[in-house]
Amino acid sequence: MSFELETASATPGKLRRVAIDPVSRVEGHGKVTILLDEHGKVQQVRLHIVEFRGFERFVQGRPYWELPVMVQRLCGICPVSHHLAASKALDLIVGADRLTPTADKMRRLMHYGQILQSHALHFFHLSSPDLLLGFDSEVTKRNIAGVVEKYPEIAKKGILLRKYGQELIRLTAGKRVHGTGSVPGGVNRSLTAAERRLLLDDAARTIAWSGDAVGLIRELHAQDPALYDHFGAFPSNFMGMVAADGSLDLYHGALRAKDADGNILFDQVDYRTYDALITEEVKPWTYMKFPYLSSLGPERGWYKVGPLARVQNCDRIPTPLAEHARREFLAHGAGRPMHGALGNHWARMIEMLFAAETIEALLHDEALEGSELVVAGERRREGVGVIEAPRGTLFHHYQVGDDDLVTMANLIVATTHNNQAMNAAVREVAKKYLDGRAITEGLLNRIEVAIRAYDPCLSCATHALGQMPLEVALLDAEGNELDCKYRA
Amino acid sequence: MNDSFLLDGETIPFSPGQTVMQAAAAAGKYIPHLCWHPDFAPHGSCRLCIVRIGGRYATACTVGAARGQVVENRSEAIDAERRTLLQLLFVEGNHFCPSCEKSGDCVLQATAYEMGMLTPHFDHFYPDRPLDASHPEVLLEFNRCILCELCVRASRDVDRKNVFALAGRGLRSHLIVNSESGRLADTDFAATDRAAAVCPVGAILKKRVGFAMPIGKRTYDPRPIGKSHEPGTREDE
Repeated sequence: MSFELETASATPGKLRRVAIDPVSRVEGHGKVTILLDEHGKVQQVRLHIVEFRGFERFVQGRPYWELPVMVQRLCGICPVSHHLAASKALDLIVGADRLTPTADKMRRLMHYGQILQSHALHFFHLSSPDLLLGFDSEVTKRNIAGVVEKYPEIAKKGILLRKYGQELIRLTAGKRVHGTGSVPGGVNRSLTAAERRLLLDDAARTIAWSGDAVGLIRELHAQDPALYDHFGAFPSNFMGMVAADGSLDLYHGALRAKDADGNILFDQVDYRTYDALITEEVKPWTYMKFPYLSSLGPERGWYKVGPLARVQNCDRIPTPLAEHARREFLAHGAGRPMHGALGNHWARMIEMLFAAETIEALLHDEALEGSELVVAGERRREGVGVIEAPRGTLFHHYQVGDDDLVTMANLIVATTHNNQAMNAAVREVAKKYLDGRAITEGLLNRIEVAIRAYDPCLSCATHALGQMPLEVALLDAEGNELDCKYRA
Repeated sequence: MNDSFLLDGETIPFSPGQTVMQAAAAAGKYIPHLCWHPDFAPHGSCRLCIVRIGGRYATACTVGAARGQVVENRSEAIDAERRTLLQLLFVEGNHFCPSCEKSGDCVLQATAYEMGMLTPHFDHFYPDRPLDASHPEVLLEFNRCILCELCVRASRDVDRKNVFALAGRGLRSHLIVNSESGRLADTDFAATDRAAAVCPVGAILKKRVGFAMPIGKRTYDPRPIGKSHEPGTREDE
């Protein structure tokens, strides 16, 4: 099926083509093409993911215990999410239905450290240049160095927040990036008393600064609600994981989905049945699939995942400051779900505050210093692991033969869930800002801002490596390229 | 001291019958090597332990120590030769350290770090070598085999089973398993065999224990192989 502006209805030869290739300040390689008719009106907009997907194939034939270490190489921004999702799937395969308290808490600490560092990176390093300096500000300064120059205190907090998250990962996984801490059935390390004290020293400051970050994005919304509430806005379903009591839990829980009006579509669904819930549609113009809720079909069943979805999907956040921030966020929507792309950043900072509070609570738990690290039980052939990664729900599904080698792998990453949402956001922005206007850096950047609000990780979705540049090409009515802009 | 030689200017004592490698190891001095192991007869095949004695090249694991020898070991020129040998080994197999459970415990990786190998330099062969996961307790990962024959020697000389051998010649040399099917499961190999614990790389692995050792506590995390008191003997600890 095809959505509005996904495929041009006019004769292709009569359209002018604008391509943004590569998209910048996003990991991975993305490309946006826009077809304009003779009157400069947008006829077709597509976000293409042009990298090749390979991980699901080349992990086949590998021993299962390699998976948590191997698949995390999908990404350099949130490898912990893949590390843990794979471990959770393998817990089922090795029969570890209930981890030891030490293993469970070490993994949670690793995960919330990951949420903290990744959300700080996403907001401060990658997105705040657009929000603080302006979409049309000088491109050479629209980066974290520009933020450091103009808003040194904000930049410093962002950088140190991320550093703290990275330290949590180092002490739970062994390395800041691509560690080995989580293994099938548990973990391979616990904290020493000295390490726990060291991390606790900065916990209160981290909560305070995360609270400041919530205040900053709330203020930006207040200053320009027309922009922040409506930029790239479009209604859709939401999906995410919640705890058994409906509260926000980013490490473990069951699936819940709501429709665009906030009504529950399904709740407390065992994520191991995900393949009955979700269908992945393949389209010929991109390597990234389009998942949708099978019960609603491809036209009405697509959904958003990630902070904007999660914060509005849960009944409450189980830490006091983040819950207060969530209520403020909901109040801003005046009883209606918020669908603006930039709302993701506000929700992201609420989640960062939740992560900071959760981290402090975990660090007070002596179980982190325990020595019972791994359990095992009856061996199974299949396992599904789900985690709420920084950008959204992440599924890892594996089948393993009796010889311990992987026979099947299926990964659905947050970016893939948000594929249709990002396409829709880009179409909204293109309709509003590109119709009949000159192609400027600022206009092109608005497209990138919409993508970046969801995800800086396009490589993850196709499981490729590399940085994501942005290319825009302009074609005349005969299909010849008139102009091409490349931003690395 | 009567029975001694000079290794990079340091006096190394030796006993009659000792090789340069044995004497150096006993003195806690590191001569890079892959196929040498103190418990087995020297093999002299990996060529990593090449040294210069009186201006002539010799493999330290096979040449006998002699009074008054002047042995050049860790010079930049010899380490450069070793680096090239390591690069050849890396490109001939499929050595993906980032996802290898032997990482941090691997003699090949540790030696490459010690020799300052920063790139593979040569084009990768990317050979197609399927795993043998047939055995219930041990995995054979042929992609990482460096043909050191330590498993061959251990199985033959200690376990008395002759489970492993090298077949083929030159670039086609490869490790084979002594069973009609060619599968490890069809031999009398056991996880408790000496051959199961002697592999210096990640070619012979006990199943289901990968990554149990945290980063920081692996063999070469606290000190590089060149500083190890008994280099290359981690598998016996």
